[in-house]
Amino acid sequence: MSKIISIKEAADKVTEGMSIMVGGFLANGTPENLIDALVEKNVKNLTLICNDTGFPDKGVGKMVVNKQFKKIIATHIGTNRETGNQMNSGETEVELVPQGTLAERIRCGGNGLGGFYTPTGVGTEVAEGKEVRELNGKEYVFETPIKADVALLRASVVDKKGNMIFNKTMKNFNPVMATAADLVIVEADKIVEIGEIDPEHVMCSGIFVDYIVGGDE
Amino acid sequence: MDARQVIAKRVAQLLKDGDVVNLGIGLPTLVANYVPEDMDVTFQSENGFLGLGAAPAEGEEDWELVNAGGMPSSIVPGGMFFDSLTSFGIIRGGHVDATVLGAMEVDEKGNLANWKIPGKMVPGMGGAMDLVVGAKTVVVAMVHTQKGNPKILKKCKLPLTAKEEVDIIVTEMALIRVTKDGLVLEELGPEATVEDVVAATEAELIISPDLKRFGVED
Repeated sequence: MSKIISIKEAADKVTEGMSIMVGGFLANGTPENLIDALVEKNVKNLTLICNDTGFPDKGVGKMVVNKQFKKIIATHIGTNRETGNQMNSGETEVELVPQGTLAERIRCGGNGLGGFYTPTGVGTEVAEGKEVRELNGKEYVFETPIKADVALLRASVVDKKGNMIFNKTMKNFNPVMATAADLVIVEADKIVEIGEIDPEHVMCSGIFVDYIVGGDE
Repeated sequence: MDARQVIAKRVAQLLKDGDVVNLGIGLPTLVANYVPEDMDVTFQSENGFLGLGAAPAEGEEDWELVNAGGMPSSIVPGGMFFDSLTSFGIIRGGHVDATVLGAMEVDEKGNLANWKIPGKMVPGMGGAMDLVVGAKTVVVAMVHTQKGNPKILKKCKLPLTAKEEVDIIVTEMALIRVTKDGLVLEELGPEATVEDVVAATEAELIISPDLKRFGVED
């Protein structure tokens, strides 16, 4: 069974009201072609889970400008003024999460865990309404798992099974998000045959990947 | 030397050989320029690597290798790339010796506010909450006042980034240490007097009996 589909077929998998996880850190490691296809499709009322909201003309920021999200879960929105505007006007709900907590919540979602206790956020707004527990004399906040309907990832090299290599700083949230969504689509810079990637060099397994797009580089 | 350079230089002198250090965006980034070449300091970049090096020359930028500000960066020999899980495992796990970051407000208890001005500007905390909780030493590096208004307060008014985690505050006017007894003014900046610092600071200051001055050796 081939996992390779067109960008348009991939965009069609994302439908109104879904939650999507998008890899990348300030658009570094974000699947730009998938984002462009979703902007063109103009699918609305999505929930976004991403480190940040990129820039108005780069990364998921383009979908923010196009008003495609009803809710955004991110760690930082300061590089895209449009996110702040939509938050202040009440158009879009924004949940800000500490970066380490976001990564770990996604890990729990994809790794069969029910949540975790972290010292991050103790004594701040982040802990409000959550269980705070003292363990070995130190306070921790209980944080819950996050999963999504679809994960949209970017990888530098992908074999036809979906095994992935991420160049340099483009890993960021991509590998962990691969584990935490019902449907995982990876945009590849380069697609290679099965066996061309040394198992020692695979950074994230193809078992998590449903579909592969791209490879035009 | 302008205020930012004075601050960066003093912060760099706080670092020790062998330290793993995370520098925030903006002023803290300048600290790297003042680390002596014979000192082994490893910079961590929370977007995913250890061994952060100098910014590449114009025309040599690699957009697959960016820093936590999203700008092209470089990695030094002995460095390593990793994903966000590993990055924050390193941070929360206490493997970062020092984190240097800016502040909107700091107070007498070492509380820090730097991620949100409700109703005005809400950039988000990014990695700051994890860094401040996880790093062994938390250094706030900032200009002493905001348009003449004190930023070192009796009690933070803005939403906190973390509770009682700041260890040292370095400004162009002073080096202040957070202790159980309160804020101790240990050093004066190159041009400041005790009266200047007290006037520009809302929090009570304990003047160290061993008060020194920094930034005058050149």
